[in-house]
Amino acid sequence: MAKAKTGKASGHSSKPSGHGRRGFLKGVAAGAAALVAKPSAVSAQQAQTGPARRPAAPLPSATQVAFETGTPPETAQVYHTDRPGADFMVDVLKSLNFDYIFANPGSSFRGLQESFINYGGNKDPEWITCCHEESSIAMAHGYFKIEGKPILCMAHGTVGLQHASMAIYNAYADRVPVYLILGNEQDIAFRRSDVEWTHSVQDAASMVRDYTKWDDTPVTLRHFAESAVRAYKIAMTPPMEPVVIVAGGALQEEPMPEEDRKALRIPKLATTTPPAGDPNAVAELAKMLVNAQNPVIVAGRVARTPNGIGLLTELAETIQAPVQDRRFRMNFPTRHPLYNSGSVPEADLVLGLEVPDFWYVTHAQTPINRMGMESHSTVKPGTKLATITASDLFSRSNYQDFGRYAEVDLAIAADAEATLPSLIEACKKLITPDRKRAMEERGKRLAERHKQNRDRDFEAAAAGFDASPVSTARMAAELWNQIRHEDWSLVSDLTFVSWWPLRLWEFDKHYQYIGGHGAYGIGYGAPAAVGAALANKKHGRLTVNIQCDGDLNYAPGVLWTAAHHNIPLLNIMHNNRGYHQERMFLADMACRAGRDVEKTHIGVALDHPNINYATMAKAYGMYSAGPIENPNDLGPAIKAALEVVKKGEPALIDLVTQPR
Amino acid sequence: MKYASLLLLIPAFAAAQSSSQGNAENGKRLFMRDSCWECHGTVGQGSRDGARIAATSLSLQGVIRYVRRPAGAMPAFSEKVVSDRDLTDIYAYLKSLPPPKPSKDIPLLNQAKNE
Repeated sequence: MAKAKTGKASGHSSKPSGHGRRGFLKGVAAGAAALVAKPSAVSAQQAQTGPARRPAAPLPSATQVAFETGTPPETAQVYHTDRPGADFMVDVLKSLNFDYIFANPGSSFRGLQESFINYGGNKDPEWITCCHEESSIAMAHGYFKIEGKPILCMAHGTVGLQHASMAIYNAYADRVPVYLILGNEQDIAFRRSDVEWTHSVQDAASMVRDYTKWDDTPVTLRHFAESAVRAYKIAMTPPMEPVVIVAGGALQEEPMPEEDRKALRIPKLATTTPPAGDPNAVAELAKMLVNAQNPVIVAGRVARTPNGIGLLTELAETIQAPVQDRRFRMNFPTRHPLYNSGSVPEADLVLGLEVPDFWYVTHAQTPINRMGMESHSTVKPGTKLATITASDLFSRSNYQDFGRYAEVDLAIAADAEATLPSLIEACKKLITPDRKRAMEERGKRLAERHKQNRDRDFEAAAAGFDASPVSTARMAAELWNQIRHEDWSLVSDLTFVSWWPLRLWEFDKHYQYIGGHGAYGIGYGAPAAVGAALANKKHGRLTVNIQCDGDLNYAPGVLWTAAHHNIPLLNIMHNNRGYHQERMFLADMACRAGRDVEKTHIGVALDHPNINYATMAKAYGMYSAGPIENPNDLGPAIKAALEVVKKGEPALIDLVTQPR
Repeated sequence: MKYASLLLLIPAFAAAQSSSQGNAENGKRLFMRDSCWECHGTVGQGSRDGARIAATSLSLQGVIRYVRRPAGAMPAFSEKVVSDRDLTDIYAYLKSLPPPKPSKDIPLLNQAKNE
């Protein structure tokens, strides 16, 4: 079989009329033979005088001689193939059962895209058009936290990845697997223009290697198959993280080699079982928990699956320990008497479950309003500290999302949810009638405290209830009034609205709250909401997103994605007209320096003019209402928007709100 | 005569707004100018970043002391940034704000709490 110049075998192809490719290469081979004859003559001469000297380098082939000394020979006039390499890649990727592909288009993966659309039938996975690579990754981030399945994303290996990188870091810090394929052309011969040169890179994944778990650049289709399956397995092993596969352009677009057609196969995927804690360590922890007078459980990202909520509830109820929720996931029912009814400073044992910032749970630092830095422990002397986290099994060092080193008495390197069943059983075996009585008394005190906390939250919500701009408590109350009987899902981070939904609503299902960005990279919110809403769509859930204005402005094109793909989603703006956190920080800095705070709107305010998000949404084809500044207008606006969302479309209400 | 009695009312009204305890109207302007609203909300209702201070039960001196040397993470506003005079007006504004209704008197909250 004649080989193409790059070493890749040609496949079945239709030939043009006239001088065939094989005929041409025969001629070249004859010429090459003539060239090769000359060194033999030289060797014969040398044989008379002494041993032949080996040439310092291999002699050029006839093709190379022709290429470098004259007009390059006309390459094969092959126009079609019935099997580009990308078709096989699609077969491999389909075996991994992705629901969707989220991507902003890029020429470096045009081969794969066409194969998915035509050969793959644009189904399982279906292609979702994104207007920015950061949006595609953040959509995948939100989707996973609802559905528990990673999404396939694609991007250029250079400019696309640069756009996507913040969102990848967010997913990494939030322990969410995103499966990313980058297009790249390693072979210079296949770069057809300056565009393809600027879009090519030696090591495409290097830019994000510090915040992905694994990457590979396969050089053959067989290599691609193994790496693609391996990447999925690694991504889905706790701690779950993003992974990257680089798919060469020519590998996608050139015909599949003939020998590969018969030999290639798709490796079987074997997902790992999540690592559970060492039995001896679990037994020791159970003893600590059962014997503690005031144990406190701190929950980070415990509920990796819907089962996690039930398991954590069972542990807490077994030992009557309060659960302080760090709000990275839906971990614990918010109206349970043990929810947030504990106190770390009062505890004699603090157990952190998948808590990324455990040091901050047990320490306080000099606040930003004064100079210098001191820190101190906030727990009583003698308090025992224990952790269960898969993060102890894997971490990188460059990006510092791992937080301060936490000095603990027992560190179990395992997945918390996977360890809970054995921990619960171990606790149950140790509880005596005396301990049970003590736990029940503790439970009653905690239930009373939970009630007091709740009362306090409702009284706090009443403050400024009729204010304009609209209070965030009012927004939460109006929303709850209209969604509480639906199968709802709130898919936004709630830090900037003072956590009102978590304080006023009743959360008890895993999809009702999905935490936040992971690495505090703003711009996550809008696309994550769209991704989560797409996951909710097949389940018929009502998805609600409280959307910060600063966040939406990074890549508002995601509103179009929601409209174009008929993704039902109610967006309600938290429009405080600025990057408010930074605005407050500037006031901190001005006060520290004893300077005028009046100018601290510079560089952070989003006003003059005010941005009209209702008009923005309309421009992207989405139903919208507002801007609303009168709180009495909010209820009717929500009612009208919900009618749109329940028909299967997205909607946006531009609500002008209090800053927090 | 009617107008004379109205004229008598004006100084009394003005006195209520600009008492020795401060001018609430100016206080509202300063409350916005000096960034107080950023953490405490435009009507002092409070948030995750600042306490509820509307209709505060603290005395004027207590507020001034706290603003100069806050115990928590609130920025420390020196006299250079906000004077005692300005704080007096801000205090008047805060005292002019109505206290919140009990949540049981707000149907949306009452329903959310008791369902």
